[in-house]
Amino acid sequence: MPKWAEVILVPLISLLLAAILSALVILAIGEDPVAAVKMMVEGALGSTYAWGYTLYYATNFMFTGLAVAVAFHARMFNIGGEGQAMIGGLGVALACLYVPWPHWSLGLLGAILAGGLFGAGWALIPAWLQAKRGSHVVITTIMFNFIAASALNYILVNLLKPKGSQDPASARFPEAVHLPTLHELLAPLGINFSKAAPANVSLLVAVAACVLVWALIWRTRLGYEIRAYGQSEPGARYAGISGVRIILISMVISGALAGCMAINNVMGEAERLVLNATEGAGFIGIAVALMGRSHPFGVFLAAILFGFLYQGGAELALWTKIPREMITVIQALVILFTGALDNMVRAPLERIFLAARRGRG
Amino acid sequence: MTGATLSERRETAAPAIELKGISKAFGPVQANRDISIRVMPGTIHGIIGENGAGKSTLMSILYGFYKADRGEIFIKGRKTEIPDSQAAISAGIGMVFQHFKLVENFTVLENIILGAEDGALLNRSMAKARTELVQLEREYGLNVDPDAVIEEIGVGKQQRVEILKALYRRAEILILDEPTGVLTPAEADQLFRVLGRLRAEGKTIILITHKLREIMEITDTVSVMRRGEMTATVKTAETSPEQLAELMVGRKVLLRVDKAPAKPGAPVLEVENLRVVDEAGVERVKGISLNVRAGEILGIAGVAGNGQSELLEVLGGMRSGRGVLRMRGQVMDPGADGKARRAMGIAHVPEDRQREGLIMGFHAWENVAFGYHDDARYRSGMFMNNRALREDTAAKMERFDVRPPDPWLAAKNFSGGNQQKIVVAREIEQNPALLLVGQPTRGVDIGAIEFIHKQIVALRDAGAAVLLVSVELDEILSLSDRIAVMFDGRIMGERLPGQTDETELGLLMAGMSEAAA
Repeated sequence: MPKWAEVILVPLISLLLAAILSALVILAIGEDPVAAVKMMVEGALGSTYAWGYTLYYATNFMFTGLAVAVAFHARMFNIGGEGQAMIGGLGVALACLYVPWPHWSLGLLGAILAGGLFGAGWALIPAWLQAKRGSHVVITTIMFNFIAASALNYILVNLLKPKGSQDPASARFPEAVHLPTLHELLAPLGINFSKAAPANVSLLVAVAACVLVWALIWRTRLGYEIRAYGQSEPGARYAGISGVRIILISMVISGALAGCMAINNVMGEAERLVLNATEGAGFIGIAVALMGRSHPFGVFLAAILFGFLYQGGAELALWTKIPREMITVIQALVILFTGALDNMVRAPLERIFLAARRGRG
Repeated sequence: MTGATLSERRETAAPAIELKGISKAFGPVQANRDISIRVMPGTIHGIIGENGAGKSTLMSILYGFYKADRGEIFIKGRKTEIPDSQAAISAGIGMVFQHFKLVENFTVLENIILGAEDGALLNRSMAKARTELVQLEREYGLNVDPDAVIEEIGVGKQQRVEILKALYRRAEILILDEPTGVLTPAEADQLFRVLGRLRAEGKTIILITHKLREIMEITDTVSVMRRGEMTATVKTAETSPEQLAELMVGRKVLLRVDKAPAKPGAPVLEVENLRVVDEAGVERVKGISLNVRAGEILGIAGVAGNGQSELLEVLGGMRSGRGVLRMRGQVMDPGADGKARRAMGIAHVPEDRQREGLIMGFHAWENVAFGYHDDARYRSGMFMNNRALREDTAAKMERFDVRPPDPWLAAKNFSGGNQQKIVVAREIEQNPALLLVGQPTRGVDIGAIEFIHKQIVALRDAGAAVLLVSVELDEILSLSDRIAVMFDGRIMGERLPGQTDETELGLLMAGMSEAAA
């Protein structure tokens, strides 16, 4: 099978199948799938406002998708992106609240550092348990999601909540660390982007992260060791690559990426730390990495697709009688077809290409 | 079934198996091309060929694992479709795989009825199986205790259980895939006696092997495969190993290693009282002392699983041991650290190239740096120097005749021999003071074996010390300058290749003490 078919055709057909099945489900609950698709496209891509939301979600998913992808190259299944992003949010909030940043750009750097460190720290514990004690990282990272949620709950209510406030959220961040939105960024270029949309400069950081992760995995010696360990543990032992080191480092990088998501949702959008700020983006990251085949470029595209689904689905729930749960169904179908049932599309396609080649030969 | 006399059956009967024009392709690879073969009943028919010649594919088609693209199968003269292994079994075909398919903690009897139980309750079929089993054992001289647990009996016996499993399912045709790979020479002889008995009772046997000696010893007819085609079928009595080797490779092959006498120098590696305990807490190496001198090849013979692998892994830094290791007089930490070992001038061709020596998903050029990826020539700062690496790979591929010479091809897409050449090229070109080699030619075609042996001898002649571990006695005998035999984690004795033979080594490999040998 030629590379273009592998990279483009397979996911495209999978998506199409997921769409058809989604349409059937929508039909089954007595709604019009064509109208639903129109509404989703309109709501997610039809205006700069819509794009602003789609890209905002996509930014979250890029960070968490990259987080899962990096760990996955070392064959670590980091399910804890959600918790790492929450704790990363705490780091970002502390950095924004307690450091008097003179300019947003420095504040952003500080927030990246703080969010990354907090997320990395949160991933380090399960990583250490895996590397030294053999406790499976899937189990421990899931548990750490719950611990993170509970810990954050306690911290927000008892420590960070301003006196007298009824809302379990931190104080608003100072104006100095307000991140420029796409509206503010694009205005000097003469582009009138929606003022109300939350997409902000973090999108550029996420894209930069994609490039950096690509370089890390495919160009550095560390990336070489991570991939080697992920593909063959006995091989790594033979080559003198320490498994403990690779587990720790890959999980720390993974946690840092998840933690960095907070510059988008906490610093860029909410501008304060609220309860459940991550809204499940950590879990969506798993699907994004799966669909993107753990390649940063694939993660980039998959993140935008899931951003589209998220925003389009929200519009759907808002304007039609289609329940909000329908988005979950559609997402699940997309994950099912692009991830789990990948071979269902791949195998017949391979046969078709083979037959075609033989016909020519 | 033993009524008619054998000669009569051979004359009159239709072939037990006849394949007509079998073809099978995997993607662009033509694994079998228009293969026709007739196997007469009551004979042992050998199929020989290099790795990747298509032997296993052909047998998998016969056993219903693959479906042929074209061609027909006739069993006892009747055209038969074999869509799955169940159909193969009912057609009277039994298969003994190279890697046994036995449940380790079940008894012999339980393993034999597994998949052939009738009824929901076991006791009836167990009782029935027991009587039948006793009868089969008596008939074919295959004695195994039906109540012994598989993991507690030896490999040779486990193989008998596989044969009994097939016979219990009324197999008339037995296919054995590389059956002697895990056996001592004595066990192999016993197997051949069993096969002879089966033949005498009228069973048909197909023996797949790459060992010329076995073909010559036991088969009646032999078919040679090369690159997916059947190049010849000859009567064993009318051929010679040299001719078969030529048919397999397509050119004349040197079956003996051509080497000058060794000129050993100072000791390079010294091992004193090395002990290795594995993950399960079992002591695998029980106090080994040995030394390897510059310019000599020390061969470690032994049946697989007697501690040779662990010895090699400790020396290569893949595993920790206890004891004193000295490299050129300098004491080494016996802990697991492959990088430190490489820094001491030790190169290592590991036993399992697919799991250890190579990363199968990596490009060839990525594999050429494997283990040496921190070296100055392959790095630039924190990055890999990919261009230098690719140039080096292209040069190595040329020098070691790796085919196809494409640095971008993934390791898994090379044949076994070419994969091994990549590993050998990488390790030998480090100019090591000590080369550790484990099973250098396992799954490697004859042409590549010759080449790899030459390279190892050349390295020795350049003054390196070589420690060779191999389960192939032929290889040990022809390549080594000195031979140590391992059994149960100990060295049973040392011999010089000119002053010993397979029988003596075989006894040592089976744990007979020096005196008895």
